Amino acid sequence: MATLPSKPIADDVSLLVVLIDTNPFFWSTSSSSLNFHQFVSHVLVFLDLIVRLSQLNQIVVIATGHNTCDYIYDSSLDTDQVTGEGELPALYSFVLQRLEEFVDKDEKLGAKQEGLSEKRASSLLSGSLSMALCYIQRVFRSGPLHPQPRILCLQGSPDGSEQYVSIMNAIFSAQRSMVPIDCCYVGSHNSAFLQQASYITGGVYVKPQHLEGLYQYLATVFAVDLHSRSFLQLPRPAGVDFRASCFCHKTTIDMGYVCSVCLSIFCKHHDKCSTCGSVFGKAQLDAASDRKRKASES
Amino acid sequence: MSSGQVTKRVKYKTSVKDAGTPGRLSLVKERLVFRPNNPNSASKLDMQFKYITNHRYTKEGSNKAPMLNLTSNQGASYIFEFESYEDLHTCRDFVGCANLMKFGHKGVAELLHRQQKLQILELIRKFIQNNPAEMICSSVQGCCKTIDFVLHSELQKLHQQFVGGGVLTEAEFWATRKKLLEKDSNRKAKQRGGLKSSVLAESKPFIDGRTNRVTFNLTPEIVREIFSEKPAVHRAYLNFVPSKMADKDFWTKYCRAEYLQRSKNIAAAIAEAAEDEELAIFLKPDDILANETRRKIRRVDPTLDMETDQGDDYSHLPDHGIFRDGSKEVPESGNELYQRTLLQDLNRHAAVVLQGTPIDEDQLKDTQTVAEALERSKQERSTASKDDDSSADQERLKGISQAMTIDDLRGSNDHHLAPLWIKDPRDYFDSRQASSVKTSIEATKGTMSSHESYGLLRESISQIKSMGLNHPVVASEVAQKVLSVLTHNISSTKYNLGKKPGESLLDSLPTSVRDELLHHHISIEELMKHFWSSYPITNKYLNTKVTKLKDEMSKMDSQLQKLKEAVQPDIRHQITLLIRPMQQVDDYFFPKLPSSIIRSPLFYRTPFLFVWCRRSRQQCSTTTPSSRRELQKLEKSRMDILERRNLLTLYVGWNRNFVETS
Repeated sequence: MATLPSKPIADDVSLLVVLIDTNPFFWSTSSSSLNFHQFVSHVLVFLDLIVRLSQLNQIVVIATGHNTCDYIYDSSLDTDQVTGEGELPALYSFVLQRLEEFVDKDEKLGAKQEGLSEKRASSLLSGSLSMALCYIQRVFRSGPLHPQPRILCLQGSPDGSEQYVSIMNAIFSAQRSMVPIDCCYVGSHNSAFLQQASYITGGVYVKPQHLEGLYQYLATVFAVDLHSRSFLQLPRPAGVDFRASCFCHKTTIDMGYVCSVCLSIFCKHHDKCSTCGSVFGKAQLDAASDRKRKASES
Repeated sequence: MSSGQVTKRVKYKTSVKDAGTPGRLSLVKERLVFRPNNPNSASKLDMQFKYITNHRYTKEGSNKAPMLNLTSNQGASYIFEFESYEDLHTCRDFVGCANLMKFGHKGVAELLHRQQKLQILELIRKFIQNNPAEMICSSVQGCCKTIDFVLHSELQKLHQQFVGGGVLTEAEFWATRKKLLEKDSNRKAKQRGGLKSSVLAESKPFIDGRTNRVTFNLTPEIVREIFSEKPAVHRAYLNFVPSKMADKDFWTKYCRAEYLQRSKNIAAAIAEAAEDEELAIFLKPDDILANETRRKIRRVDPTLDMETDQGDDYSHLPDHGIFRDGSKEVPESGNELYQRTLLQDLNRHAAVVLQGTPIDEDQLKDTQTVAEALERSKQERSTASKDDDSSADQERLKGISQAMTIDDLRGSNDHHLAPLWIKDPRDYFDSRQASSVKTSIEATKGTMSSHESYGLLRESISQIKSMGLNHPVVASEVAQKVLSVLTHNISSTKYNLGKKPGESLLDSLPTSVRDELLHHHISIEELMKHFWSSYPITNKYLNTKVTKLKDEMSKMDSQLQKLKEAVQPDIRHQITLLIRPMQQVDDYFFPKLPSSIIRSPLFYRTPFLFVWCRRSRQQCSTTTPSSRRELQKLEKSRMDILERRNLLTLYVGWNRNFVETS
C-alpha cells in the first residue's frame, strides 16, 4: 500500500536521516586512511552544512552500534537545541556527547553477551534502518507539510549475512514509501546489501576512493535535496552485486532453491518452506532416481 | 602481374611428345594469345579464358620440362612449354585468377579440389591486391569459405600481422582454421562407412543343381571382410598372388574351401586338405588369430579370476546350440581342426566390426588394392603395438604387485599434479561481498579485545572534543582531486549504457578507434589461443614459440597504451575500461609465468569482455552502411556488375550462359 506523495513545503527542503556506523570492531581494525576520529569530524561538518543550507532542513542522526542502535540527534526536537560550550559549536558538542553515551551503552550490552558474538564484526544495520523508517513513518503521519525524507547510510562494516532478511524487508518498505536510501561506504570492499538498497530505492551508492576527502564526497553528492537531484547527474556504481543470503543458514549464495510461494531462498533442498509453510514437491533429480530404483526392483 | 598482362616465350605443343612451335604467349585479362615466331606457321591461338575449363602443370621437383596444359571446354588441350619454372608459375597464377573470375564459386571449389589450398589463397590474394577496385563480399550463403576469408580483411590482417611478422608459422595459424581451408564439406563425407554387421553367411553361393556348379559372388567389400576376419587368408593372398597363382585361382580355391566347410562334409574336407596344401590353409583354423588371442590372454589383468570349470561349458549341454542351417552343430571331437562353429564366426565378425575398417571406400577397387591397403594398415598397427607388448608386460607386473599390496599399509600417493587453484572470481569484480566467515577471520585477526576497541572509540570522541576539528576539514588539493574524480565519473556515459536498445558502447566510439580496438581484441585472442595450446611446454620449440608470443603481447600492450593516449579525453575512460582486461593479460599474466598460469585472473574478466566485443562486432559488421549499399547494388542489376569488370562476385547459381553472352 503506497503512501500518497507528500506535499513538500518548498522544493529544496530535505529531511535527512543519517545512520552512522559506530562498530568498534570495524573502526579498530580499519586499515584505510580513515580512522574514527577523522570520520566523525567529516560527518559533523557535513551535518552542520545540511542544517545551514536551509532553515527548514531537518536531520536525524542514528548510531549503528555492534549490539544496539539509538537516536543520537534530532534537529526538530527542542530538547536537542543546546547552547555551545567551549570551542565547538553547539551541534558538535551535543552530538559528540550523545555518541559517547551511546558507545558506553553499546559496550555494556556487549559485555553481557561476551563470547557469543565474537565472530560477528558487522553492525546492526537492519536495526538502524528500521528505526529510521519508523521515524519517517511518524513524520508521514504528522501532517501534510513535511519535507520529503531520505536516508543516508554511512557504513564501513561488512555486511552481516544473517541480517539479510531484515535488511531486505526494510529496503522494500522504503521502496514502498518512496524513501531513497543513499549510501556512502567507507569500508574496504563493496557492500552488496547497500548496493541493492540504493538500487532498489533509487538512491545513490558511493564508495569513495579518497577517504581523506570524505567531506567533499558528502557535500557534493549527498547534500543535495531530492527535488534538485532530477537536474543533477550523480555518480552511480558500475554494477550491483545482487547476491542473497539463504534463509536457513544465512550464508551468501549464488545458486539455491526458491520457494515459489513466498520467494524465500534456501541453499539446500527442504521439504517444507520455513517462511510460509508450503510443502515442496520432490525435486526432479530425486524423482528420477526413485523411478530407476523402482524399475530395477521390479 | 600489376600491368594485367603477361607475356612469355613458350613453345606450343599439341601433345607432350611434340617438338613444339616456338612463339610468344601473352595473357591478358580475359584472353590468351599465342603468336608463333614464324608468322607463316598455322598454329596461332587466340582464345578467351572462359573457354578453358582446366589447367594442369608440371611440378617443380620433377624432371620434366615446365609445361602448362590448358583444356578447353571442347576437349582440346593446349600445351605450352616454358623456359623456366618461374614463367610457368606466373602464367599459371594468371590463368588461375582468370578462372576464378569466370567460374565463381563452383570453379573455385574445383580448383581447390585439384590444387593445393594455400596456393589458391595466395592466388586470390595476389589477384585482389592487383585489382584494387571494389571487392564485394556478397552474402555468405553460397560463397566459398576461402574467398570469404580472403575478402574478410580482418583475418587477412591477422594473418599478415602474425605470420608476416614471424610470430607464428603458417601451419600454426591455419591449424585452428582448417575449416576455412577445406572445400565445401558437404561434398565429401568425412566419415568412413563402417562394416556391415551381416556376416559373410549372407553371401550365399548360387548353387545350380542342374549343372552341378556353385557360383560365389565376390565383391571388393566382401573381400575386405574376408581379409579382416581371416588374417591367415590375407597372408596367404599376399604370399601367393601374383607370384604363385593368379587372383582367380586363389579365389576359386578359397571358395572351394568355403563350400566344403558349409557342406559339413568333414571327411571330404580332410581328404582335400591332404592333397592341396593351399586349400589346407583355408580349412585350418587361423594361426594368426590364435597368436593374437594368446597374446591378448597374456595381457589380461592377473587379478581377474578366469578359472573355468565343467559348469561353464555350455556348448555340450543338451538342448543348447544355435541352428545355422536347421541342423544342430555338434562339433565332433578329433575333427575340430577342420571345423568352424557359428559362434567362432560370429565372434570374429563382431570383433572386426568393432575395430572398424582402416581403409577408405575408394580403395575398394579390386582385391589386390584391398589386400595391399589392409597390409599397410596392419603394419602401421603392428609397429605401434610392439612397444605396447613390452609395456603391457610391465603393466601386468605392476598390476600384480598392486593387487598384492594391502591398501591400509600403503603410503600416501603423491600426485605430481599441480593443485588447481581457482581464484575467487569475486576478487576481480568490482563488488566484493565479504562473507561472514571472512569477517570472522578478520575480526579474530585484530589483536584488540572488545574492551580495547570501545576504548579506542571513546578516545577518538574525546580527542575531537578536546582538540576540535581540523582547519580545514579537507585539504584543498584533496578536495580538488575528489571533485575532479566525481565529475569524471559523472561525465562518463557508462551508466547511460543499456538504456537505449540496440546501442552499444562500441558503436558510440569513432570508427577508427573502434576498428583498432576490435583488431587488438582479435589479435590478443589469437595470441592467447596459441599461447594456451602450447602448454605444457615440453620442448624447445614450444618454448621459443611462447617467448615470441610474449614479446608480441607486450608490443600489443604498448600499442594499446598509445591508442588510449591518442584518443579524446571524454571517451578515454570508457576505452580504459574496455582495454583493462586486455592489459590485465599482459600485466598479471606474462610476468608471473609459468607458475601462475592457473591462477591468472584472465579467465574471469576477459571472456565477458570478449563476448561483448564479439557480439558488438557482429552487430557492427552486419549493419555497416557500406556493405548494405553494396548488396543493394548487386541485386539491382547484373549488367552493372559485368560492366564493372574489377568486381569479384560469387553468386549462388551464377548463370554461365549469361556470362558468355554478355
